Amino acid sequence: MRVWKFGDNIDTDAIIPGRYLVIYDPWALATHAFEGTRDEFAQNAREGDIIVAGKNFGCGSSREHAPLALLGAGIKVIIARSFARIFYRNAINVGILPLVCPEAGTIEDGAVVTIDLDAGFIESGGRKMPIEPVPAFLKEIIDAGGLVGYARKLEKVKTCTESQ
Amino acid sequence: MASTLVEKIFSRRCARDVRAGDVVMAPIDMAMIHDITGPLAVQKFQEMGGRTVFDPGKIVLLFDHQVPADSISAANNHVFLRKFAREQNIENLDGREGICHQVVMERGRAAPGDIIVGADSHTCMYGAAGAFATGIGSTDMGFVLKFGVLYFRVPETIRVTVGGKFPGRVGPKDLILEIAGKIGADGATYQALEFTGETFRTMDMPGRMTCCNMAVEMGAKAGIVPPDDVTWSYLKGRRDITPFLLASDENASFSMEYSFDASRLTPRVAVPHNVDQVVDVAKVAGTHIDQVFIGSCTNGRFEDLKEAADVLKDGTFHPDVRVIIIPSSRTEYLKALKAGLIERFVSAGALVEAPCCGPCMGGAFGLLAPGEVSLSTSNRNFRGRQGSTDAFVYLCSPATAAASAMKGEITDPREV
Repeated sequence: MRVWKFGDNIDTDAIIPGRYLVIYDPWALATHAFEGTRDEFAQNAREGDIIVAGKNFGCGSSREHAPLALLGAGIKVIIARSFARIFYRNAINVGILPLVCPEAGTIEDGAVVTIDLDAGFIESGGRKMPIEPVPAFLKEIIDAGGLVGYARKLEKVKTCTESQ
Repeated sequence: MASTLVEKIFSRRCARDVRAGDVVMAPIDMAMIHDITGPLAVQKFQEMGGRTVFDPGKIVLLFDHQVPADSISAANNHVFLRKFAREQNIENLDGREGICHQVVMERGRAAPGDIIVGADSHTCMYGAAGAFATGIGSTDMGFVLKFGVLYFRVPETIRVTVGGKFPGRVGPKDLILEIAGKIGADGATYQALEFTGETFRTMDMPGRMTCCNMAVEMGAKAGIVPPDDVTWSYLKGRRDITPFLLASDENASFSMEYSFDASRLTPRVAVPHNVDQVVDVAKVAGTHIDQVFIGSCTNGRFEDLKEAADVLKDGTFHPDVRVIIIPSSRTEYLKALKAGLIERFVSAGALVEAPCCGPCMGGAFGLLAPGEVSLSTSNRNFRGRQGSTDAFVYLCSPATAAASAMKGEITDPREV
């Protein structure tokens, strides 16, 4: 388990280039993750590795191929200073846990990170860093392993038009 | 209590008072899917146990990213979606109409007060029609196809007020690039951008579409222009709807306020590799270019093509520049044809392609080799967006694109 460190504004075109959007299989997508910008990721990323990034991770296109490519590469957790909103939802929906950590920038490439979700912090290099709590309504989707698992359990959805 | 325009849209559809920060499961008035994100959305819909879609009449389905099919995989995706459309009784516009966002607008499928989702990030363009419209991923779309609702965190609103008249050869694209440069690539994350002020009130629908289209480049969930006479008259003949008042209250609370003066604007260029790296055209004038692309959901409408043609006049494009021009829809293509614009572009040396996303998609055609430079009227200049990760993409207005295509280097359109 290691950290793959990235900078600010990593866009979904960088995560998975447009020419691979005809592919939907996470493992096939993973072989092209960060192609041309960080080729060693697809070659060396292992199950359980963690991506740590700066602000606005996953900006740009709504392509769900981006979190799927990372999932296929074995990534289950992404820690960033902030996320672009569509990517944030997509990550949760496909079963990746996006964690917001204001001090993510201090974590080094190749480092090891331990996560204590319940206590609300991560630890790396002997440093404890707080993470923002995951909004309660998203917690249910995360606990179901993603939106598909969540949806399968739903008989009917209570919409905002119905009395609360 | 005073509300923003976006809070009002959610309150209206939820039939109760909804505030920014609330999480609501809101009904969806229209859902759009295309050939790239559609197949996965359908797959997720089926994995969720979906058998019949919530309402075929509320779904817009078309192909625009890879038309005509540029690979066997793309052709297969088209076949898959055609079959789904037939089974589900969804009207399939296939690959003949143009870019999804343009087609949605011109068919009146977005109107004031609507809550719309599209499996494409530039869905925020429909805010030009006064709708709350946002891009979502395929799994969210699978959920929408099944249940007809989706959870939203009602966003705070940043108000952007613009006054003044555009100087010659400066327009909405220069304005939105300027705004993106100021607000930054993540300056509006999770929030809505409300575009208001005299400049927006007098702006035509195509200009409003250009601006709302790029709201996502600042991280925004939606971009919206308060509906007014321009909106309602655009919708006439497209949508059976009675005009009503929909605007932020005078004392509504905004998370941030920005103001701009359009009369002081100069042509703007976003330089590689981020949309918020925006400079005055003078700063990059003389930069060698290999390819110019005029088109996309941001700037492929008749008015954009006209803006380029007005700069071109009877001139020709530089022989060392590949000029690719793509009208954003069949309707816009026909308008340009009838006005003689297409003939002028072709005579001047451009490659005019049938309506589609073109080079902006970075996979279909018009790709860049390492070291090459593209000047584009589209919305993103990310590294690798139009081909090689060692290529460079600059973003600008149709006028700047045309002037530069003539000279073979980035050029101030006011000097042509």
